[in-house]
Amino acid sequence: MKNGNGILRFLACGSVDDGKSTLIGHLLHLTGNLYDDHLRALEQESAQNGDNGGIMDYSLLLDGLTSEREQGITIDVAYRYFSTHRRHFIVADTPGHERYTRNMATGASRCDAALILVDAQLGVVPQTRRHALICALMGIRSLLFVVNKMDLVAWEERVFRGVEAQCGSLARDMERFGLLPADLTVVPASALLGDNLVSLSPGMPWYSGTTVMDWLNNISLWPGRAKAPPRFPVQYVIKVARPDGAWQEGVDEGMRQGTGIFRAYAGTVTAGSISQGEEVTVLPSGLRTRIENIWCGELPMTEARAGMSVLLSLEGEHDIVRGDMIIPGSDRVEVAHLFKVRLVWMDEQALFAGRRYRFRNLAGTATAEITRLRGKIDLSGYQRLEADQLSLNDIGEAELLLSRPIPFDPYHENRETGGFILSDLLSNATVACGMILHAMRRADTVRLQCAEVVPRERADLMGQRPCVLWFTGLSGAGKSAIANCLERKLHKLGRHTMLLDGDNIRQGLNKDLGFTEAGRIENIRRIGEVARLMTEAGLIVLTAFISPFRSERDLARDLIPAGSFIEIHVDTPLEECERRDPKQLYQMARRGEIPNFTGINSPYEAPEKPEIRIDTLAQPCEESADLVIRYLIAHNLL
Amino acid sequence: MKRTEPLQLLEQESIRIIREAVAEAERPVMLYSVGKDSSVMLHLALKAFYPMKPPFPLLHVDTTWKFREMISFRDQTAARLGMELIVHTNQEGVRRGVTPFTHDSRAYTEIMKTDALRTALDAGGFDMIFGGARRDEEKSRAKERVFSFRNARHHWDPRAQRPELWNIPNLARNRGESFRVFPLSDWTELDIWRYIGREQIPVVGLYFAAERPVVEREGQWIMVDDGRMKLAPGERPHMKMVRFRTLGCYPLSAAVVSRAVTIGGIIRELERTRNSERAGRLIDFDQAGSMEKKKREGYF
Ligand SMILES: Nc1nc2c(ncn2[C@@H]2O[C@H](COP(=O)(O)OP(=O)(O)O)[C@@H](O)[C@H]2O)c(=O)[nH]1
Ligand SMILES: [Mg+2]
Repeated sequence: MKNGNGILRFLACGSVDDGKSTLIGHLLHLTGNLYDDHLRALEQESAQNGDNGGIMDYSLLLDGLTSEREQGITIDVAYRYFSTHRRHFIVADTPGHERYTRNMATGASRCDAALILVDAQLGVVPQTRRHALICALMGIRSLLFVVNKMDLVAWEERVFRGVEAQCGSLARDMERFGLLPADLTVVPASALLGDNLVSLSPGMPWYSGTTVMDWLNNISLWPGRAKAPPRFPVQYVIKVARPDGAWQEGVDEGMRQGTGIFRAYAGTVTAGSISQGEEVTVLPSGLRTRIENIWCGELPMTEARAGMSVLLSLEGEHDIVRGDMIIPGSDRVEVAHLFKVRLVWMDEQALFAGRRYRFRNLAGTATAEITRLRGKIDLSGYQRLEADQLSLNDIGEAELLLSRPIPFDPYHENRETGGFILSDLLSNATVACGMILHAMRRADTVRLQCAEVVPRERADLMGQRPCVLWFTGLSGAGKSAIANCLERKLHKLGRHTMLLDGDNIRQGLNKDLGFTEAGRIENIRRIGEVARLMTEAGLIVLTAFISPFRSERDLARDLIPAGSFIEIHVDTPLEECERRDPKQLYQMARRGEIPNFTGINSPYEAPEKPEIRIDTLAQPCEESADLVIRYLIAHNLL
Repeated sequence: MKRTEPLQLLEQESIRIIREAVAEAERPVMLYSVGKDSSVMLHLALKAFYPMKPPFPLLHVDTTWKFREMISFRDQTAARLGMELIVHTNQEGVRRGVTPFTHDSRAYTEIMKTDALRTALDAGGFDMIFGGARRDEEKSRAKERVFSFRNARHHWDPRAQRPELWNIPNLARNRGESFRVFPLSDWTELDIWRYIGREQIPVVGLYFAAERPVVEREGQWIMVDDGRMKLAPGERPHMKMVRFRTLGCYPLSAAVVSRAVTIGGIIRELERTRNSERAGRLIDFDQAGSMEKKKREGYF
């Protein structure tokens, strides 16, 4: 075998009848991957069903269920296997019908590339956008839009360019939503006649880009999994009594000798690699030990890499069970039980907050409750809309509370440890698949009260739109000065405001907190909660804290309704802050008298995309405050 | 062997599937049909649980019409590995004289295979049942999940399969319900042979070409394996160099003319062949959509 490129898993998706099954079937044929007896059967069947006047109906190769052939639609995924001189392929031909979105998601969940078909006559339709979104959410980084049925639009370039532009705007919406495929290409084709599948079509001399097959042969496999931090979820514990337990025939005598029990942990390395002798932590217990031996089948090895199903033995006797996670010592993994997640809803019964489901991921099962729905994603522009339920095939965001803490990674960092499913506690049906965005550390014991007066009504009484203006920046950057000035201006405009500052928070509410990492995180969490309560009371809240860590600011952002959290980066260079040094803190920090001082011996993580960035070198406080006011007016908040 | 090579990836994923099913099972069992796929599946199970014996028995549904060589290979294999082997035959069917010669292949399969399998599974109370089916074998198999839900009557509902996301199967089930688990779903016939070659896995000799007594029926070569085969007037077995691509009951498995006497020879033959594996399986063609129908009723 010359194809050292591994296996590429891809899917064909897009709306119903756009030609997915036809394309895959034709591709199999053109690459010489069909047997003669299959081809003969296909010719016969095409002639019988023949609504295509003697042309082969390649979709019959894929639509293998009786009801699919009767109805002429694809109901469930079909998997086909083929190879070229470049690599092996596993292709999932998925159903286009909205009703079978769960089967499309099934096909997509393990793929690295997607062909999204678009009918040239119809252009991008909502179902195209749904499938593209699911692909992107699943982490598929290579997308090929196939503008199909070019034969029905007389091979016209104008038509293709029109659809191509629609694909472009879909991609821009996706980017705005925060998802960006690594590789996005658009190709005109005819699945039925074979144009641009494996060779460039003479009918479309104006097109000189890639063919479908070239694209599949040449896209690079994403190395994400191999590079992510190592994880080893324990899948199964192997125990054999020495010397005469249930040993396989021919097992090395050394292994069976002695007394007690041979115990080792079977599982698949889901990311990175692990090595013999390495120190490890076992979660959730926190136990620390060392890897003694690694086997793959009967072969001893020194290292196991992502994707390998191996067996580990550890130093010492421990109580480790299925679902525990083994990770190399230097690495950290988060353990949490409250998450912000994305969901693809697959059940006829709508999701609503408060219902309980069974949660399952690689770390096992738990009972889950959706504590809060954080909106659903509208397909026409990939915007988050407010929603109080998710219906069949909706895609949305929610907060999920588990009955026990689990180790996890955000989905975009690790598909294996960041994905999960929810199932119905009674019927066992799978109701959703989900992706963990991040953990939330909200107190889970305080449940939302059913309020007679809702926040909106309080704000209406004050005639204003509440929001949080979150100032962040180095010590001495000018946060408090600008915030004070801004509050004065808002006050003059007749707005109800509240300024939270080091002075009124650190001395009171948070005086029990130190400056350790835990203390700082808790500090920000409380400020975020207070700010949230105050916005619910109808106020415009200004906060002025260094808040140096991105994750903490995101934590605060997540507490506040979408669009109402405005992050303002007071972006003054360190040299300038140190020159100003109004409280002589930098001097003290330089002398080593203040540990963990931001900018000196503790990092400041600048916001990547703040709503507002202020350059204090360029303008006085007054003007900076006006800048914020103009932003608020432009966004309908004033 | 490089880590990214397809065989390596397939092997590692199959091992993962086998472990997952056993971890979630109360009473797992492996259907062992003695064919090449079963041989590979069993080999993978040994790897998955090394150094422990796979914690489940093997189950063979014996129609009494299997090739004699298959039966001896089966018994040797179980003995060599020290694994429990359950052999089940539908005795009622035998008493009623149900044979591939007296009944059409559909009725025969229903009684001697599907019924027999359901009875054996109920008797053992098995809830995770490994099978060596591959998706590239047949169009309706191409549609089936790796972990395929069966109701308490062992029926498959292809229109309402559970979603199967990432490597997180939803194996929740109620009493009597079960899962058929197909660790070789993503393997092709060529993958199987390349792996058999790489791992030196023992397989039944019938896969290799040899001079065997055959008769020609409806354009297919049928081997005369024992005296129970009724010959038509004028029909005389003659020796021919043949092998089997797929093995079942001997009167229903056609041989192919071949000179492949080694694994390498088989691989080279398959790389060139223009015909599919199941072209020689007579029971697949008895009616349109027949495999799907049999599968719905509980057949593998
Ligand atoms: N004229 C023309 N018809 C096509 C083309 N591709 C598919 N079709 C037809 O469109 C219909 C739906 O195709 P199918 O592959 O089943 O679509 P799917 O639902 O996306 O899988 C069938 O009648 C095909 O023959 C094409 O490129 N040109
Ligand atoms: Mg289709």
